[in-house]
Amino acid sequence: MEYKPIKKVISGNYAAAYAALHARVQVVAAYPITPQTSIIEKIAEFIANGEADIQYIPVESEHSAMAACIGASATGARVFTATSAQGLALMHEMLHWASNARLPIVMVDVNRAMAPPWSVWDDQTDSLSQRDTGWMQFYAENNQEVYDGVLMAFRVAETVNLPAMVIESAFILSHTYDIVEMIPQELVDEFLPPRKPLYTLTDFDNPIAVGGLATPADYYEFRYKIAMAMEKAKEVIKEVGREFGERFGRDYSQMIETAYIDDADFVFMGMGSLMGTVKEAVDILRREGYKVGYAKVRWFRPFPREELIEIAERVKGIAVLDRNFSFGQEGILFNEAKGVLYNTGLRPIMKNYIVGLGGRDFTVKDAKVIADDMRKLIERGKLDKEVEWYHLKR
Amino acid sequence: MEVPENVKKKVTIPFEEHFFAGHTACQGCGASLALRYVLKAYGKKTIIAIPACCSTIIAGPWPYSTLNVPLFHTAFETTGAVISGIEAGLKALGYKVKGDDGIMVVGWAGDGGTADIGLQALSGMLERGHDAVYIMYDNEAYMNTGIQRSSSTPYGAWTTNTPGGKRHFLEKKHKKKVIDIVIAHRIPYAATASIAYPEDLIRKLKKAQKIPGPSFIQLFAPCPTGWRAPTDKTIELARLAVQTAYFPLFEYENGKYKINMPNPKKEPKPIEEFLKLQGRFKYMTKEDVEILQKWVLDEWERLKKLAEVFG
Ligand SMILES: Cc1ncc(C[n+]2csc(CCOP(=O)(O)OP(=O)(O)O)c2C)c(N)n1
Ligand code: SF4
Repeated sequence: MEYKPIKKVISGNYAAAYAALHARVQVVAAYPITPQTSIIEKIAEFIANGEADIQYIPVESEHSAMAACIGASATGARVFTATSAQGLALMHEMLHWASNARLPIVMVDVNRAMAPPWSVWDDQTDSLSQRDTGWMQFYAENNQEVYDGVLMAFRVAETVNLPAMVIESAFILSHTYDIVEMIPQELVDEFLPPRKPLYTLTDFDNPIAVGGLATPADYYEFRYKIAMAMEKAKEVIKEVGREFGERFGRDYSQMIETAYIDDADFVFMGMGSLMGTVKEAVDILRREGYKVGYAKVRWFRPFPREELIEIAERVKGIAVLDRNFSFGQEGILFNEAKGVLYNTGLRPIMKNYIVGLGGRDFTVKDAKVIADDMRKLIERGKLDKEVEWYHLKR
Repeated sequence: MEVPENVKKKVTIPFEEHFFAGHTACQGCGASLALRYVLKAYGKKTIIAIPACCSTIIAGPWPYSTLNVPLFHTAFETTGAVISGIEAGLKALGYKVKGDDGIMVVGWAGDGGTADIGLQALSGMLERGHDAVYIMYDNEAYMNTGIQRSSSTPYGAWTTNTPGGKRHFLEKKHKKKVIDIVIAHRIPYAATASIAYPEDLIRKLKKAQKIPGPSFIQLFAPCPTGWRAPTDKTIELARLAVQTAYFPLFEYENGKYKINMPNPKKEPKPIEEFLKLQGRFKYMTKEDVEILQKWVLDEWERLKKLAEVFG
């Protein structure tokens, strides 16, 4: 069948819902929280209209949402959920359960700032706080990447038997309408065949027990196997991303998407919708003679170490934009990126710009100010300070 | 397994075993006996979810399992939610769930995991009407973490975080009536049961299997370790709990209450008979015993009235 995309103008949340529908998810358990709500409402609508045959569990909390997803996934079903901020934090315990029981659940997290003070706007601290739960993390730049991300996440998750999060930003994507090219069902089916579970709870002649006590003699190896699965996921991600490109014209084989990198003095590095603005800025800056490039980290877990090193080999500076902060330290992406380079001997000038927390607008103009700052630092050959709270009202 | 000739026909307890010897429960553990009965009743087409509790340990460490059925060890507070998910997953995959030939989805949790931290998930599962059976084995404290109180711990009982000291004891609250909370959900079937009355227990388990929708059973399972009781008194304690009306046996079925006491005409025995076999109540004064006795009889009267009006 020839690929003819179905174009629709939809929100990021609807892109997530359609992707779940097209992925033929079998169980959805979820609890509402702004700005995630319309994802699940849309899925419920599909069910109500007879467009989808999904076991739908409107649970009483996010903790139970993830627990129900885990139970369902352990039977062998394909399972989806979505949440945001406080909801994700409430799920935290069960996120470990999902990955450690090797269940390829896919979830959309709508990046939203943590309270207090209450904020419903974009911020990456919620998802990055789940960094060590053993979930893969894909950060979408736009609604198209939300849709594509969910489909790819299922492929990758079910190949390596680890859960995956697809992350979109609050309102900037979740509630903003844009053109999304959707894939006809038959072609999605070819790309994403039915799940082949690692184990199921339905073999009554050879019953298994999942998750029982493991002593120090064995626990360690369980962890090693997960570490290896994550490592393998990198290859799978690149392969699936390449295949996606071949089938549907959008190539995701790079875990860090780059542009203008070859002759760049410095690059912007960051994740999510923020990088849409940065892309725009880089085009403009290039025209104005800045030797600037662009490095969008798509997959934060597993972390694209090798790709980052390749970038660092070429540039004199990296401006890391973090829409998040780890108190007592620095921006989380910055922290991770610096850590990767330590043993390579590569020492580009790396400066951390904390931007856009709690939905503070980040514009092309802001990118330009940062570019000027980076230019100055590279000329001088040394940092003024490591972390800059860019928008601070002084 | 075949029933030997010398075993009489009238035995209603299934002969087959799905709970193996060599498990790691304490001597005289009521919970392990209870679990054994549950698996006898439901047989091998059962999926059981067990949260953090003594039974996690009883079921055995990786890579072993004492249970001859698929088992999912889950987080402490998630039993209701995880069995909701298992049920939904099975249905999504086209399996028949519950009923005579369907898969039995069983949640097996302690009183702590049910009455306290897991109450919300239990409520959600009941209210949404999942085809699963939730069994709370009631040993009246958190035994797995070393005998701390739960809201199912009775008035006057010593536990390690509500100890009895030189001046007084700290457990001043009466046992939470979890089953009343469950019945408030108006589910099709809820019952209390005891390991001292296995035929009644099996009958109730089978009934829970037949009735579509969620069922709940509160299963009284003494714990010699936590109750400071001799290991050979487990069944006797479970029986006395019923005979004193401290833990009356009853069923709630589609709005109707039915008391199933072994000797319905008999007056309850004094509560002392239940208390005196256990070390955990030794700090109680005569007045304290009276307080507990009054509570027991008040609750008993209340139940009888319910059975009269809604029988
Ligand atoms: C979130 C969480 N908090 C605390 C614990 C520690 N914990 C494990 S089992 C348990 C008590 C279990 O008591 P109960 O449900 O009554 O079962 P029992 O051990 O008596 O069989 C506790 C507090 C835990 N596993 N998870
Ligand atoms: S502590 Fe009590 S419930 Fe736990 S295994 Fe021992 S006897 Fe059984």
